[in-house]
Amino acid sequence: MNTQASYIALSYGDVAASALFLFLAAAFSLVLRLGLAGSIAIVAARMVVQLLAIGFVLRFIFESSSGWITLAYALVMTTFAAREVINRQDRPLSGLWRYGLGPGAMLVTGVVALLYTLAFLLQPDPWHAPRYALPLFGMILGNSMNGVALGLNAVTRAVIREKAAIEARLLLGRTRWQALRPFAAEALKTGMTPIMNAMAASGVISLPGMMTGQILAGVPPVEAVKYQLLIMFLIAGVVGLGVIAAIFATIWRLTDARHRLRPDRLAGMDDGH
Amino acid sequence: MLKIENLARSGLKPVNMMLPAGAIGVLTGPSGSGKSLFARAVVDLDPNSGEVWWKGRARSAMPAPRWRQLVGYVPAESGWWAERVGEHFANPESMRPMLQAVGLPEDAMDWPVSRTSTGERQRLALLRALEAVPDVLILDEPTAALDEGTRARVESLILERRRAGMTFMIITHDPAQAARMGDIFWRIEKGRITLQEGAPA
Repeated sequence: MNTQASYIALSYGDVAASALFLFLAAAFSLVLRLGLAGSIAIVAARMVVQLLAIGFVLRFIFESSSGWITLAYALVMTTFAAREVINRQDRPLSGLWRYGLGPGAMLVTGVVALLYTLAFLLQPDPWHAPRYALPLFGMILGNSMNGVALGLNAVTRAVIREKAAIEARLLLGRTRWQALRPFAAEALKTGMTPIMNAMAASGVISLPGMMTGQILAGVPPVEAVKYQLLIMFLIAGVVGLGVIAAIFATIWRLTDARHRLRPDRLAGMDDGH
Repeated sequence: MLKIENLARSGLKPVNMMLPAGAIGVLTGPSGSGKSLFARAVVDLDPNSGEVWWKGRARSAMPAPRWRQLVGYVPAESGWWAERVGEHFANPESMRPMLQAVGLPEDAMDWPVSRTSTGERQRLALLRALEAVPDVLILDEPTAALDEGTRARVESLILERRRAGMTFMIITHDPAQAARMGDIFWRIEKGRITLQEGAPA
């Protein structure tokens, strides 16, 4: 079965046995009346159900190898990521913009990077093979979602809190883009910080989870590193482009063609002044 | 001449107004009557309708940033975006000598904005607007937080700029200041602006 790699297959018994230490922690909590045993049991059970479910779903998708089923699953992932971006806004845009702008920036940059990677770099056969497309898309979306949510919040917060400062810049004859540039820079930094930290720390402080997984599965370390680098470059690029797109689209929406600041276009701010 | 025709917005009834070039117009009225709403509408900072001309050039015929370079506005409370005062000026060194004209020491350019008082920020905002050399400048309560001596300095700076050809619209609570500075007088009440016969009593 495992001719090319020294990959040790796990039995369900192995997995159950690995819960020994968590079981002990829960037992101590029970004996010492620390009140955490119940939560540990619930969270652990939930994790088992969730991961097993996703394992069976992925097995079904991989075996079917149908582009349509892969696409459907990618849409489900997109929906969850988009919902996360939308729900994490302290001050969302009013109306449908709230649903379109942030998730749109995340999705467009993510899909372009995914297609580029599949078509030119990995070149699986078929190109939409779910084994490659879905984990890649998941990692891209997960990080982009985080960055876009942070960047959007930073820019809308600036428009509310720094209204006087932005208008002072407009009053001196700056365009809306010039007037908001320092705040856009700050928002970009906020959105990019997690992925920048991850890049800086990888290999020194933390071994990235994906690389660790590949090494455990028998992939030679340098090969695993190459995969990890490819993933990191993709993720960081998508986060950067997604955050920039989301920030500038938000600035465009929160200003108008006469270079006015329009916080009234945020939900709950339409008081007419 | 600054010509305003049917300028209207929420909180402001249509305004018609003519302010000759080189004059000082004064607008008085109670708090909440719409004074800053009017000023913001003139510089196109909020959605509004109507038209404004400066020396025959229509506001709608030029980009808003260009219009605001011609017609400036200093709100009662201006915004600040950088840490130090000097960072808010295009050329802080050349503006340093101007500081004493408004009663501030020359090293005020190096102060952190967070440690300035309301009255200091008011005067610094005036200098910041003057540095951009607009043709017309709308000043919202330019001396409200100042003592007698400093107020006199700011007023004489404004008068000096007027002699050099600038046009002003001053929004003030102070009838004495209106009488000292003004050439033309308007009053605003509940969003309606009317031309006055003379200085407010």
